[in-house]
Amino acid sequence: MLKKLLPFIEHAIKKPVWDCRMCGQCVLHSTGMTCPMTCPKTLRNGPCGGVRENGNCEVIPEMQCVWLKAYDRKVFLPLPTVWKEHFNELRPPVDMQLQGSSSWINLVTKRDQETPAGWSTIDGHH
Amino acid sequence: MSLMREKLENSNDVVFTAEFPSIDGAGMAKVEKNAARLAPWFVGVNATDNPAAHAHASNTTTAIAMKMHGIEPIMQIVCRDKNRLAIQADMMGAALHGIENISLLTGDDVTAGDEPESRRVFDLDSTQAINIARIMTTGQYLSGRKINPAPDFYISAVENPAAPPFDYRIERALKKYRAGAKYLQLQICYHPDRLEKFCAGVAKIAPDLKLIPTIVLVKSAKPMSFMNEKVPGIDIPQETLNRVSAAADQAEEAYKLTVELAKHAMTLPAVRGLHVTDFRHDDSLDRFMYDLGQKPRN
Repeated sequence: MLKKLLPFIEHAIKKPVWDCRMCGQCVLHSTGMTCPMTCPKTLRNGPCGGVRENGNCEVIPEMQCVWLKAYDRKVFLPLPTVWKEHFNELRPPVDMQLQGSSSWINLVTKRDQETPAGWSTIDGHH
Repeated sequence: MSLMREKLENSNDVVFTAEFPSIDGAGMAKVEKNAARLAPWFVGVNATDNPAAHAHASNTTTAIAMKMHGIEPIMQIVCRDKNRLAIQADMMGAALHGIENISLLTGDDVTAGDEPESRRVFDLDSTQAINIARIMTTGQYLSGRKINPAPDFYISAVENPAAPPFDYRIERALKKYRAGAKYLQLQICYHPDRLEKFCAGVAKIAPDLKLIPTIVLVKSAKPMSFMNEKVPGIDIPQETLNRVSAAADQAEEAYKLTVELAKHAMTLPAVRGLHVTDFRHDDSLDRFMYDLGQKPRN
C-alpha cells in the first residue's frame, strides 16, 4: 500500500518545487538542490560543452543551464558541508528499473545505492 | 601500445591531433586521400561519431578504415545516439580491431543536426562512459561479466574551457581524470585568457592530466561568425571578429590569428599538444605546421 502511495506523495511535493522526474534515485542534496534530470541531456555529472555565453542551455536557449544553476546554488546556498562535498562525486548511470518508484523508499532500503557489479568494483577515485 | 599513449606518457614530444573528415559515400578513395594529407603531421586523428548530430559512416568503421590507411584513430563515442549496451559494444568492437584510443563525449544535441526529430538517448553521460571504459580495461563489462583478455584502452575525453560555469570546468576536468581520462582535447577557444585560467587550474589539481587545445584554420571571418552565432559553447570576441573581417586580406589575417592562438596555447601549463581543425582545405596546413616548428613525420 505504502509502496503505491508514496510515489504519488513524493511527486506531489517534488514536482512543483524541483520539477521532479521520478527517477527513483534522488541526488538533489549533492547537486545544489537542482534536479539533473531536468537537463535535456539528463547529465548527472556536470554540464556539457554546449552552455551558451549567457549561461543558457544548448537545447533550450531560453532556459538557464541546469548545471550552472546547480553550481551557483552549491556555492551560495547555506547547504550542509557534507552535501557540498558530494557535489563532485561520480554519480553512476541511472537505473532505469527505478523510474517512477519512490526515491524515499529506495533510500531507506538502500536500493538506490545498488550499482552493477562492474561499477561497484571501481570507485571512480583511483 | 597506441602511439598516442607512447608519445603522451613516455615522451615529451608535442602531440598533434586532427579530425578525420566525415565519410558520406566516395568510398575508400576519399579515406586514402585524407589519410595521405594528415599522416605527415598527426600522431592520432579523431574518428568522429555523428558529429554535430549529422549521420555519417560510423565511428568504428571510420576508425578501421583509417587504421587500414596508416592513420592511428582516436575513436570518439558520443552518448547521444547509443545506450550503455551499444557504447560498450562500440568499445569491444574497437578492441577487436586493435583500436586503443577511445574518447568519450556527451555529444551535441539532436537539435544541432539535420534530424532534430530524433530521440535523444543520453543513457550515460560522458563521465560515466569514461568510467565504464576504465572498468572494461580491468577485464569486465559494466555488469561484471568477464572480458578476457581485457582491452588496453587509452582513454580520453573533451572539455570546453571557454563555456560557463568557468570555475566548475576545472573541477569537471579532474572528475573526468579520476574516472579514467588521460588527456582532454579542448573545444575551440578564442578567449586566450579563459584558456590560460583553465590550463593553470587543471595543472594545479590534476598534474598528470594532459591537455590538447583546439586550433581552427579558417579562410575568412565568415566561418568565425558562423561558429560564434550557431555553435553553442563557442564565443568569439567582437574585436577578434573585427580584426579578421576588416583586414584587406582576410585569409592571411585569419591565418596569423590562428598561429598566434596556437603559439600562446602551447606555452600553457598541462598543454601537451594541439588539436588542429582545418576548415580551409588549402595548402595552409603544411605552412601552419612548419610555422609551429614541426617537421613532417616519415
